[in-house]
Amino acid sequence: MPDFPQLLEIVKNISPDVTSDEKSSPKAVIIPAGSLTKVCTELHQNPATYFDMLSCLTGIDNGLQANTMEVVYNLYSIPFNVSLAVKVILPRENPVIDSVTSIWRTADWHEREAFDMFGIQFKGHRDLRRILLPADWQGYPLRKDYTHQEYYRNIKVEY
Amino acid sequence: MPTDHIQYQYKPGNLVESEPNKFNPENLRSEEMIVNLGPQHPSTHGVLRLEVLIDGEIIRDVVPHLGYLHRCFEKHAENLPYNQVIPFVDRMDYVAAMNSEHVYAMGVERMLGIAGQIPKRVEYVRVLMAELNRIASHFIALGTYGMDMGAFTPFFWIMRDREHILRLLEWASGARLLYNYIWIGGLFYDLPVGFEQKCSEFISYIKPKLKELEDLLLKNDIFIRRTANVGVLPLNLAINYGVTGPMLRASGLRFDLRKVDGYSVYPELEFNVPIGEGLKGTMGDCWDRAWVRMLEIHESVKIVEQCLDKLQGEHKRTKEFNPQEFVPKKIRPQAQDFYIRGETPKGELGFFFRADGKSDIPFRCKGRSCSFSNLSVLPEISKGILVADLIAIIGSIDMVMGEVDR
Repeated sequence: MPDFPQLLEIVKNISPDVTSDEKSSPKAVIIPAGSLTKVCTELHQNPATYFDMLSCLTGIDNGLQANTMEVVYNLYSIPFNVSLAVKVILPRENPVIDSVTSIWRTADWHEREAFDMFGIQFKGHRDLRRILLPADWQGYPLRKDYTHQEYYRNIKVEY
Repeated sequence: MPTDHIQYQYKPGNLVESEPNKFNPENLRSEEMIVNLGPQHPSTHGVLRLEVLIDGEIIRDVVPHLGYLHRCFEKHAENLPYNQVIPFVDRMDYVAAMNSEHVYAMGVERMLGIAGQIPKRVEYVRVLMAELNRIASHFIALGTYGMDMGAFTPFFWIMRDREHILRLLEWASGARLLYNYIWIGGLFYDLPVGFEQKCSEFISYIKPKLKELEDLLLKNDIFIRRTANVGVLPLNLAINYGVTGPMLRASGLRFDLRKVDGYSVYPELEFNVPIGEGLKGTMGDCWDRAWVRMLEIHESVKIVEQCLDKLQGEHKRTKEFNPQEFVPKKIRPQAQDFYIRGETPKGELGFFFRADGKSDIPFRCKGRSCSFSNLSVLPEISKGILVADLIAIIGSIDMVMGEVDR
């Protein structure tokens, strides 16, 4: 059963500039956006880690002051009963990140939701459309600086 | 005639513009056709719209369109204190609200570091409520599934029995479906006097009824023919799609978070984790999914009995017991990221919190709903089947649209 230092070492071999966040639960590794698919493929394929389930994919807007966005991947390995979070920090102006749908198919809808709510672009996603909101909705509601449109199809949005 | 009425301007193409079809009719082959299933149709179990590309009776592709029941759970959660989010959590999976509350309350308690203080009686009451609600939720799943498959009588029988559970829960919490009973750090109120006896009566009432239901619905030849060997979900595909709960177990993996994580008092209780074995067809088919739910009801009944024993014996009601004793006055977790998960009737319900340590309001609260992930596998397993079998698969997923759209 791999513990956190071992997992960190495995990630370090793939992406040298990794930092760890041991305060969060499950413990997290913070990696640069460029190495996401390489790290995830390794974590998924390596027989010593075998993270076969992507439990949750969360987009976070850190606000105007921090000027960053984040995507958090909560991974879980069923055979080893180990959880790990992988975090990627993105610039707020142009949040683009590689899609992990080729590794975990469940990421398909989760990434669409993150795109829907935050406007994060997932490169390599086959079908990046809005999922929960109508296709012609304006803006990304969970961004911290979001203000809703006044009218949607002549229906007043404010209630 | 009211003078302040609003006249909305509906245009004929409104639906097409707001949620456009993925397939363009002009690009189809001559024998192909797009059929729009839902959003208002009983067999879609809520407001799910499916765009189905068919060739005769054979399905080529299915595109689910979601969002008709989107109520901005995450946006609301970012604007409310932790304890006031609970009513919104109820409204996610509205047929199993106790289970969702339990997971949410547990998550915030662990973030605050008070999870160890919760009295045993509170934990047993929580598990008792959650398991009663799990039975009610599986009843809905089986009853409506039978109705989809053309069996109308089991639905009425099940609704009659479910009513007893709802009355028990109403007696305890004051509400039939959306309880707000499990609070962070405690309970809204202790069990009403006499609850344990009524609940035992219900358990002895329900046991023969379960056998009856099994013979009437699950062992029924017509039902078996409609569901066996239909919508087979292989295990590797299920895991890759993040499918959890009875659906994953029907595909043959003995994986239940109540056992794996062992949260609350579940390690002290005895119960089995049933899996699908392909008794009537292939492992992981629609019948297996219904069968696993049936077996889980039996397990939940066992848990309820054990909880009642404990609540009348070791942890019985005393005058001094105050279920709100450890409810924190101020809920302000330290700055951290936290992911909590728990087993609800539909699968793994998770909440991802980010607390900034400076406010009583979560900076970010994401609900990872099991129905959302379970439904995402639908297009994959419904290619090349008949339209009638698609209805069988939708019913066997047992999704609640309130949880899919949040």
